[in-house]
Amino acid sequence: MSNSEPVKATGLHVGEASPGVAKVDPILKASNVTRKFGGLTAVNVEHVEIPRGAITALIGPNGAGKTTFFNLLTGFDSPDTGTMEFNGKSLSGMRSHQIAKLGQVRTFQLTKALSLLTVLENMKLGATDQAGEKILGSLIPQIWRKQEAEIEKRAEELLRRFKLYEKKEDFAASLSGGQRKLLEMARALMTNPTLVMLDEPMAGVNPALTESLLEHVLDLKKEGMTVLFVEHDMHMVRHIADWVIVMAEGEIVAEGPPDQVMKEQAVIDAYLGSHQETDLGVVTGRIDIIDDGEKK
Amino acid sequence: MDWIQILSNTVESILSPVTFAFVLASLGLAMHFGFAGLLNFGIAGFMAIGAYGYAISVLRFDLPWWGGMLVSIAAAIVFAILLGAPTLRLRGDYLAIVTIAAAEIARLLFLTNTFDDFTGSASGLFGYHDSFRAANPIPEGTYGFGPFTYSETDWWVRIFALAVLAVVIWLLWALSRSPWGRVIKGIREDEDAVRALGKNVFAYKMQALIIGGVFGAMGGVVYALPSAVNPTVYVTSLTFFIWTALLLGGAATVFGPVLGSIIFWVLQAFLTNVLPALAQEGGILESLTSQQASTLRFILVGIGLMLIVIYRPQGIAGDKRELTFVK
Repeated sequence: MSNSEPVKATGLHVGEASPGVAKVDPILKASNVTRKFGGLTAVNVEHVEIPRGAITALIGPNGAGKTTFFNLLTGFDSPDTGTMEFNGKSLSGMRSHQIAKLGQVRTFQLTKALSLLTVLENMKLGATDQAGEKILGSLIPQIWRKQEAEIEKRAEELLRRFKLYEKKEDFAASLSGGQRKLLEMARALMTNPTLVMLDEPMAGVNPALTESLLEHVLDLKKEGMTVLFVEHDMHMVRHIADWVIVMAEGEIVAEGPPDQVMKEQAVIDAYLGSHQETDLGVVTGRIDIIDDGEKK
Repeated sequence: MDWIQILSNTVESILSPVTFAFVLASLGLAMHFGFAGLLNFGIAGFMAIGAYGYAISVLRFDLPWWGGMLVSIAAAIVFAILLGAPTLRLRGDYLAIVTIAAAEIARLLFLTNTFDDFTGSASGLFGYHDSFRAANPIPEGTYGFGPFTYSETDWWVRIFALAVLAVVIWLLWALSRSPWGRVIKGIREDEDAVRALGKNVFAYKMQALIIGGVFGAMGGVVYALPSAVNPTVYVTSLTFFIWTALLLGGAATVFGPVLGSIIFWVLQAFLTNVLPALAQEGGILESLTSQQASTLRFILVGIGLMLIVIYRPQGIAGDKRELTFVK
């Protein structure tokens, strides 16, 4: 873990911390959102608000509907019922690219690096409102050359920050899994988002890289962005999240600041399990705990 | 064996309008498949639309030659929208199925007796050359050297085809190196990722489908320009010959399709000439009639296509690092 403890944002909610609690300054609101796949209700969220300028973690067991809820919020899937609001604008009927244009960018659980584009091209693709991306404008380089140079400069700065600068001319396919995660996050930042949604940013990443990804996520908050992420790594959640929302079986079962939420019985039952602080070997009985051994 | 004649016939295919038509159609496919990742198995349909659009409007509606070409382009745009609107939101395989079926539907509609007054059904269309030839600025006579000796009409067709080709190559090149091309290539790699960055993926795919379709239709026009429109040309195997030419040259390149089409036709011409000659001479092909020997070339094309896909998937002109084109 990093040496300096991150500064936690507090005072985000109004009244008692409970599922669906109102926030002082919500950036994203969802009400009565349901999504059924055949007979299975994947998501059934009565009400939830995401606080602005803070890091919110969405946790829950596998199959709790976290990713489905993510897809609904980003327009990659449409809900059967319910309303969603981003920055006061209703998202109903909007397509994913329109939602992204509002300043809400997402990454994917299975990293989506554009393999046969170079790292730099991946980055440039993220920039918004490019004149050269219009079919007619693209034919006349004079229209987009200046903007392209600016975009390239910004992309290179971000690549330096994410330690990918040396790789900029390589195909993204040649990057390692961890570097792809970094690239995906950096590319998302090219859109100048106000809300960054990360779907399991730490999955399958080694501890050293996790640490640097953590720093990057904390940096986003410092720069005034709001972060919502799905994660299973409880250390990370405790370390960086200002607010935790717990989902189980499609519903939100608990909400609150991390240290408080992790103690709630509903959360322990549904997700953490009662042995969360114990080594797995102890739980399965394969290793003895030292003081247990002494007792014998 | 008359090697001089064989080589002369082979070299001549470099400047043949059919080769140019293949180059145009494979450039259209390069836009579809190489850059945008759209699996279009109906390029023969786009060519048929182009050829018939031109011939019908000149023959039946008395349009001038350029009017006929504009009709071809417009028809290709409509065809692309009809194909794309229901399928481009779905996974890529659906477009493949729809295009292969639509190309067949188009061909059978041109072939059926019902529209004989317009399409000439099985005998096709011919005799629409007056307007185009009247625009020929070259004085009467025979020009050129060696195997490239043609009449003024033949030169006019070739020069016109080359001009169209130059425009199309420039368009594809300019588009592919622009930010628009970057979005298109991004969509080829992963359309959800591009969508998440705020790009209207459907609109981009539609634009790519239309542009490639128009290239294909111009290929059909060039194919029909010197001769006649025959419904037996625009069959599914034409689609796969164009795919062969594309993959041979390199799908995600601008000059690959040009190179691929030329090599494809040079090889075809060479084998068409040399195989029957070999059969006549005796030797390894002794047991074959000259007709059988000539058909042997299609078997060789098939083997060639397999070898390219296995050993050089990026094509001749493709990037070495770009090892796979099918995901």
